[in-house]
Amino acid sequence: MAEQKYYLPQPSYWPLIGSVGLFTTTFGFASALPGKAGDPMGNMLMMYIGLAILAFMMFGWFSTVVRESEAGKYNMQVDMSFRMGMMWFIFSEVMFFAAFFGALFYARQLSVPWLAGGDPGTNELLWKGFQQNWPLLQTPEMAVKPDADLTFSKASGVIEAWGVPFYNTLILLTSGLTVTFAHWALKQKNRTGLILWLCATVVLGYLFVGLQASEYGHAYHALNLKLSSGIYGTTFFMLTGFHGLHVTIGATMLLIITLRSIKGHFTPERHFAFEAVAWYWHFVDVVWLGLFIFVYWL
Amino acid sequence: MSDNHQHHDHPTGIKRWLFTTNHKDIGTLYLWFSFTMLLIGGSFAMVIRAELMYPGMQLVDPNFFNMMTTLHGLVMVFGAIMPSTVGLANWCIPMMIGAPDMALPRMNNWSFWILPFAALMLLMPMFMGGNFMSGQGPAFGWTFYEPLSGQYNKLAFFVFAIHLLGISSIMGSINIIATILNMRAPGMTLMKMPLFVWTWLITAFLLIAVMPVLAGAVTMMLTDKYFGTSFFNAAGGGDPVLFQHVFWFFGHPEVYIMILPSFGIVSQIIPTFARKKLFGYASMVYATAAIAFLSFIVWAHHMFTVGMPVAGELYFTYATVMIAVPTAVKVFNWTATMWKGAMTFETPMLWAIAFVVLFTIGGFTGLMLGVATSDFQYQDTYFVVAHFHYVLVTGALFGVIGGVYYWLPKWTGNMYNEKLSKLHFWISAISVNVLFFPQHFIGLQGMPRRVPDYNPMFADWNFVSSIGGFVFGASQLLFLYIVISTIRGGAKATSQVWEGAEGLEWTVPSPAPYHTFENPPLIK
Repeated sequence: MAEQKYYLPQPSYWPLIGSVGLFTTTFGFASALPGKAGDPMGNMLMMYIGLAILAFMMFGWFSTVVRESEAGKYNMQVDMSFRMGMMWFIFSEVMFFAAFFGALFYARQLSVPWLAGGDPGTNELLWKGFQQNWPLLQTPEMAVKPDADLTFSKASGVIEAWGVPFYNTLILLTSGLTVTFAHWALKQKNRTGLILWLCATVVLGYLFVGLQASEYGHAYHALNLKLSSGIYGTTFFMLTGFHGLHVTIGATMLLIITLRSIKGHFTPERHFAFEAVAWYWHFVDVVWLGLFIFVYWL
Repeated sequence: MSDNHQHHDHPTGIKRWLFTTNHKDIGTLYLWFSFTMLLIGGSFAMVIRAELMYPGMQLVDPNFFNMMTTLHGLVMVFGAIMPSTVGLANWCIPMMIGAPDMALPRMNNWSFWILPFAALMLLMPMFMGGNFMSGQGPAFGWTFYEPLSGQYNKLAFFVFAIHLLGISSIMGSINIIATILNMRAPGMTLMKMPLFVWTWLITAFLLIAVMPVLAGAVTMMLTDKYFGTSFFNAAGGGDPVLFQHVFWFFGHPEVYIMILPSFGIVSQIIPTFARKKLFGYASMVYATAAIAFLSFIVWAHHMFTVGMPVAGELYFTYATVMIAVPTAVKVFNWTATMWKGAMTFETPMLWAIAFVVLFTIGGFTGLMLGVATSDFQYQDTYFVVAHFHYVLVTGALFGVIGGVYYWLPKWTGNMYNEKLSKLHFWISAISVNVLFFPQHFIGLQGMPRRVPDYNPMFADWNFVSSIGGFVFGASQLLFLYIVISTIRGGAKATSQVWEGAEGLEWTVPSPAPYHTFENPPLIK
């Protein structure tokens, strides 16, 4: 046949190393977590070893793939398999965030109004005096218990949408543009433009993470807004936290394709890794818009 | 570095299995793993039936009993049924669509090799209590409802076991979708694909859509217990019922994830032994897609008695019974395929026919449970247990066993022992009904599920059910014997194996060579 054959890799030890890494990480973490609330955290060493194994695996596995790709072993069909893999992976990430957005909407639309009297019996018998409020600074518990006995900490305020979160929105949207400029530059064989626009995207990505981190510091210390501040703090930190983690991963992936661009990888026709990272970056961008609207603004 | 080898040389011994990127090897690994899990989960079921054989407490203490019901469910769902269908997908899909392998062979290896570690993570806490009988395994039911599961002091192990299983399933599904959409031989249009490939395409979509939601649910459990969040705690503004919504948003599509591949297997087997084309191929595809779509919008029928507005009860009732329409389309099509066919009754066909009959019984009880007003009577009784075991044991598992008999000659090159395998079928088919049919009766009389002791009025049927259970459990050892002896020898199988078999997998020699369709066949 005229068409080049589908590339079938030889047996590989990287997946098994990955499994050992995943197991070591999660087993280490689970062993370190206390059995009962209040017990101290155990030794996290095993978890760090597991994370190191995972990092080693990713470096080794991805290097192998990059080497094979640069050696021209992949035909268009392999390229399409990779594309589908990345698209469906991003879809799975969308569904992961959907679970947490679902929890947010459920709390705002159903559980908090029910606790505040939408379900009269619950309010009368268990949380008498609790009134609906959002952001939920007054938890149901605060309505019925003295401050000293609270399980969930009392927050004095929330992060306002039109301060740093708004600037972060602009930063992420701009980074979505710069990564597109980089793509154009790549397609026009403008290597310098590609590298510079990618560097700009990486800087914007990490800038976003840095600003988020400082906002977290502000929330924890100045506002006493924590994971344990009731359902507002819960959904706020879990949603923005997982998003921040994804931005960090995305920015690191951008950094890697920047380094690969500097090494001369990618051609105007063939640059799957670049596109995969760009898709991922647009995905974290879109999630952030959802967060900005539903967590910070409305 | 392994990728420096330019030629097809393969490690032997243990390294072959640890490092393999071959879809047939990985399929075999999945199938043996799932069979091991079937025996482990089955042994838990034996403990349950032994304890329930007589009223009163005789063998194990209540916590251990709860641990058995919990782990039986989790091991069977995540360890036995799901990996067994992935194993069949690995073995068969590339051969059925004329592809040289799965689209992403290294990731395929990883999807499998996460599973043993996940199983270890799930089962290990059982042995952490010092002595086995006071084990600290999860004991909160396979649905792990909050806030009960939040009391479990080894919760993190459970949560991470689910995470690992989810990662494995998602990667496996991405691979299957990429393989089906991208690796078909020229001319193999979507509507020419064997139905098993279609059902797996749709199953894989369901898995990618809902496994992350389950990961979200267990992550919320983890942070609620260890990091002070209040997703499921009303004192902080959350709600334990939220857990049930998130869980069943995963859980309902999950039951179709388990049954759809078996629908596909049966749709392969019946035309072969009826020597007719599958009746209503296109309607089978559309019905599968319709079932998958509906599975996303019916989840709260598991929660009718939790408390919801009447409008909600009505909506979830109507949406649920609507699933009967596409499901009935499938059952009618299977029946119509057999109508006036030149039928023979080799072992795979027996399992397929039993599947159609017994799965339909499970479907009918599902209708009864799907109607909110009658569900109030059945919720959390043995009627529910009987219902989902008809669907999952005589449905999903029978389909898989039928599939194993159907393709075993292709995999091994040998025919299985027809006499013994028919014996296996008849013992299983009779005992499984002795096991589960009486549970309808005691359920309707009001025996609750998940109890180690019960009112003596339920004693007779429980005794009968336990006898059926022991026989059904033991008969699977016969299956093990048949499979092993087929691997080791037997009458040689031809390429086509079955007179009426059609499809690309029957055009390659038996046993199928290590690499098939390295050059894609042309489909007319």
